[in-house]
Amino acid sequence: MSGTVLVDVQGVSRFYGDHCAVNDISFSVSKGQVLGFLGPNGAGKTTTMNMLTGNLSPSAGAIRIDGHDILDQPRAAKAAIGYLPEQPPLYRELTVDEFLDYCAALNRIPREQRRAAREAAKDKCGLGDVATRLIGNLSKGYQQRVGIAQAIIHMPPVVILDEPTVGLDPIQIREIRSLIRELGREHGVILSTHILPEVQSTCDRVQIINDGRLVLTDSIGGLEQQMKSASITVGFASPPAHEALESLPGVTAAEPQREGRIRILYEPNRDPTDEIVRLSVEQGWKLRELRPGRMSLEDIFVRLTTDEVVSDPEEIQTTETKESTA
Amino acid sequence: MIGTIALRELRSLFLSPLAWIILGVIQAILGFSFFSSVTQFLQHPDSRGVTAAVAVPVFGWAAVLLLFVSPLITMRLVSEERRNQTLALLYSAPASMVEIVLGKYLGVMAYLLLVVAMLVLMPLSLLFGGTLDWGLLLTSALGLILLLASFAAIGLFMSTLTQSPTLAAVASFGALFLLWIFDASVNLWGENFLSYLSIIDHYLPFMQGLFNSEDTLYYLIFSAVFLIFSVRRLDADRLGA
Repeated sequence: MSGTVLVDVQGVSRFYGDHCAVNDISFSVSKGQVLGFLGPNGAGKTTTMNMLTGNLSPSAGAIRIDGHDILDQPRAAKAAIGYLPEQPPLYRELTVDEFLDYCAALNRIPREQRRAAREAAKDKCGLGDVATRLIGNLSKGYQQRVGIAQAIIHMPPVVILDEPTVGLDPIQIREIRSLIRELGREHGVILSTHILPEVQSTCDRVQIINDGRLVLTDSIGGLEQQMKSASITVGFASPPAHEALESLPGVTAAEPQREGRIRILYEPNRDPTDEIVRLSVEQGWKLRELRPGRMSLEDIFVRLTTDEVVSDPEEIQTTETKESTA
Repeated sequence: MIGTIALRELRSLFLSPLAWIILGVIQAILGFSFFSSVTQFLQHPDSRGVTAAVAVPVFGWAAVLLLFVSPLITMRLVSEERRNQTLALLYSAPASMVEIVLGKYLGVMAYLLLVVAMLVLMPLSLLFGGTLDWGLLLTSALGLILLLASFAAIGLFMSTLTQSPTLAAVASFGALFLLWIFDASVNLWGENFLSYLSIIDHYLPFMQGLFNSEDTLYYLIFSAVFLIFSVRRLDADRLGA
């Protein structure tokens, strides 16, 4: 990716007492990128976001936002960030307009531009109809939108959203996702979520954190490659012996599946599909079904987040992790 | 930035009925005390003059009353934001911790100054029928403002310690009351360190028309110390120690 680097995280760790919540993670986000930040509950997502936004100081490592170190130049760094925490920070006793005016002033928008900034943020988040209502009386979905409006009111180069679509109805979720993609054109966006399809539909890059460590950083394109795992599933009316399939060029294994289907694993770039079809016709195997194997993002997620735990027997979180990702 | 936060704080205070009710109750009680002082003065004119006989007792009552009431005003400053998890808004805004604390402090001070202003209106009404001892009135008002500044600083600090406004109110009331009755230790050991610390001792000279730099400094240092404590406490949130 070519854009300017907006968020640069180098070897950041965070301890709570003896407990290490985030362990030596490094990543960067450039302008025009939407980074999806995935992980099971308690993996360190929110801690990382709090460190990026100056709500927590890292125990070790450095964070630079738009070129400013978050500890040495907090004001410049924070001016470059819009943050929506998991729980939107809203004053329930204010109206939407009053609250956004306050946020505009808090983010040092010059007085004469505040009105325009407020109107623009309201427009983007579809808040025009509720401008004069008290935030406390709005539905959860609208409150979430006010939270997002608050994060983008000063047009920060970096927008950080912690689970922005929680509690929204499906139509609102679509709207928010398209808003995030739109933001991703001019800003750098970091999106934390545990809704996996959300990542596939909105992000350019994915990063999975588990147990305080980054276990995967990849572009969505690269991930799609990974997900096209090297396998096909076939079904025959009169199936051949497994050996016949396994002896095909490139095939590494043939595993029987339910209802007489066979899953064929092969080496990358040596797809035996054509060969199987040809042999089926020649030798009368009566091919009935042919399906490329495909891992879902969920498969990858579960594999990464649970493998990691299994390899570390001191942790007893295996089952919890599985459940929480479901 | 400080002004922005202070204005928001003041506005939120007035958006709850609490601030209005407190203003009303204080005004009613002090109005009654003022009325009885005036009546008494008319029946038995006092040689010290109308300001000392009528206005000063009202300031004395105000100090007692505000000892009870100011914890109710300061209790929500930080604790409620902590409970509602809205502190993140301030922490991630380009504002320093000092600005956040001063903003909140000045918001509450603006409210307390309003209380003092309403109070001063009562002696001023005597101008319809006579003259006032301006020096005495001024030092009394200044003394009360300094006293309230230290009340607010303690209240703010207590509010940074907890998520529960009620706890913050009880803690700051307890601290203020304790500091107040340190005064009583004079009866036990004579002038001593505790009685010097007493928050009320330094207020009395103001009510006699004495402007003492020592007493003024006491209140200023007292307030500054608790404001610094508050900044440190909020910084510790970030360090998560």
